[in-house]
Amino acid sequence: MYESILNHPNSLFGQFERLRRELDDVFGVSGLPSGIRSVTPGTVPAVNVGHTPTSVEIYAFAPGLDASKIDVTLDRGVLRISGERASGIPTDNAKVQVYTRERGAGSFTRAISLPDDVDPGQVNASYRDGVLRVSVARRESAQPKRITVQ
Amino acid sequence: MSDNKQVTRTNTSSGTEQEQQRAVLPAVDVFEDAGGITLLADMPGVPKDQLELKIEGDALLIEGGVQALTPEGLEAVYAEVRVPRYRRSFTLSRELDTARIEANLKDGVLTLRIPKQAHAQPRRIAVTSG
Repeated sequence: MYESILNHPNSLFGQFERLRRELDDVFGVSGLPSGIRSVTPGTVPAVNVGHTPTSVEIYAFAPGLDASKIDVTLDRGVLRISGERASGIPTDNAKVQVYTRERGAGSFTRAISLPDDVDPGQVNASYRDGVLRVSVARRESAQPKRITVQ
Repeated sequence: MSDNKQVTRTNTSSGTEQEQQRAVLPAVDVFEDAGGITLLADMPGVPKDQLELKIEGDALLIEGGVQALTPEGLEAVYAEVRVPRYRRSFTLSRELDTARIEANLKDGVLTLRIPKQAHAQPRRIAVTSG
């Protein structure tokens, strides 16, 4: 209600507001519910999630890590991936001139809520070509079943 | 899992059909020391055989395809990486020795070492007096 009182449709701010809404419509931000653990685009590492009838698959695009130092935990349905990456730019040499510094360095953590039907006892994680793949099995009771008609 | 890769050198303008594929820019670090320039590029998911490095004249092209990771029957729920291809090009300068570029791909990080021509390396010039 306040919005409608404060924003006159033809005022400058009203026009900005309309532009903002139009952009939101185009990019699909407005109105869609977002996950409570969702993050701003561009957060490192990028994560893709998918599921098959028997498992939930999480892919974290985290290049340049030491596989033994990646920490993956699953606690009450929340999968946490954390690790640390050292900078590739040498810091001890004063003669090094840096032109571009886009690759992030430092520690990171990402948390992903998993569906209720996962089995925390069956988790596999592997690291290959800079992608961490975590595969969590789904409970058998959640898998599709064919029921015989008597 | 470290592999050295040969840099392909071409003089023809090939790969026009590949250039039409959508690709994202990989994040890079570029730094220079007395011996040459080092380039690090984040290309997670790119195996060695999907990586392509090309030098045409003074242009360096880095391109890599993300290997299809998806197992049978995977249904995507949420995706931040949507374009499975990285591409970025750089213009090299003349004092760099493109014949001696070394490339290494390890854990999704490409390291390129581009040495300077031997005569282009810094020299101290002795000053004599008298």
